[in-house]
Amino acid sequence: MDIQLKRGLLDVCVLTAIKNEDSYGYKIIKDIKPYIEMSESTLYTILKRLEFAEMLTVRTSEHGGRLRKYYHITDAGLKRIEDFKNEWREVMSIYQFVIKEEEQNE
Amino acid sequence: MNKEEFISDLQQKLSGIPEKILRDTICFYEEMIEDRMEEGLSEEEAIRDIGNTEEIATQILADIPLLHIVKDKIKPKRKLQGWEIALLVIGSPLWISLLVAVFAMVISIYAVIWSVIVSLWAAFASLIACAVCGIGIGAGFIFIGNGLAGAFLLGAGLILAGLSIFLFYGCKAATNGTAVLTKKIALGIKSCFIKKEKGQ
Repeated sequence: MDIQLKRGLLDVCVLTAIKNEDSYGYKIIKDIKPYIEMSESTLYTILKRLEFAEMLTVRTSEHGGRLRKYYHITDAGLKRIEDFKNEWREVMSIYQFVIKEEEQNE
Repeated sequence: MNKEEFISDLQQKLSGIPEKILRDTICFYEEMIEDRMEEGLSEEEAIRDIGNTEEIATQILADIPLLHIVKDKIKPKRKLQGWEIALLVIGSPLWISLLVAVFAMVISIYAVIWSVIVSLWAAFASLIACAVCGIGIGAGFIFIGNGLAGAFLLGAGLILAGLSIFLFYGCKAATNGTAVLTKKIALGIKSCFIKKEKGQ
C-alpha cells in the first residue's frame, strides 16, 4: 500500500480506538488487531504524531502500583475521523466505478 | 532476554538521542512489557512479542528530525564557565566556519543528487517539446505540399515521442530510488551524531 495513504489510515485507526473512552498503548494494539496488525514502534510513532498535531492528549495515571499513559481524543481528533468518513465515501464511489468498468469489460 | 536486559539494550542503541525522547520511549516500552505480563504472558514471551531492539531503534531514529538531534547536541549539558565562553567567542571564526562548511557539504550532497533527477526530467520535457514540435511542423509541411520534409519531421517527432515514454519510466524509477537514497543518507548522518556521543 502507498506509504502516505497507509499512514493516514493508521492515524484514523488509532483515533477510533480511543474515541469512546481513553485507552492505553497495549489496549489500542489489541483493539485494532482484528482489523490491522500494528507493531509497537509504529504505534509509538503514530501517538507522537497525533499528540504533536493536538488530536489527542496524554495523561499519566496509576495502575496496579505503576504508571500507565492514557490517551484522550480531542475535538481535532474527532474531526479527523469525520473528515475521514467523508473522504472515504468518495473513495468508495470511485472504487465502485472501477469495479463496474472491469466487470463490464470481462 | 529479561526486561532489564531489553530496556538497557534499547537504551544503549538509542543513546545520543535527546534525553526527553529517550525517557519517553523507554517508558512506553516498559509499559508495553508490563501490560503483556499482566495479561499472563511470561517476561520472555512479552519481550519476544515486542520485537527486536535493533528494528525499534532504527524506526525511532528515523522519526526524529535531524535538526532536533543537532540542537540537543549543541546545547551544553551544564552551565558554561566564563573561560569556556571566552574560548568559544575567540574560537568563533574557526568553529562557525567549520560548522557552516559541514552544513554546506550536506546540502551540496543533496543538491548534486537531486540535480541529476531535475536534469533527467528536463531532458524528458525537452523530448516531449521536440516531439510535439516535430509532429506539428511536419503536419504543417505536408499541408502546404512539401511531403518529403513533412514526412521526415513527422517521423522524427513520433520517434522522439516514443523515446520520451521510455525516459518517463526511467525518470520515475530514478526519482523513487533517489528518495530512498536521501532517506538513507539522513539516517546515516543521524547515526554519525549518535556514535560520536557513545565514543566520548
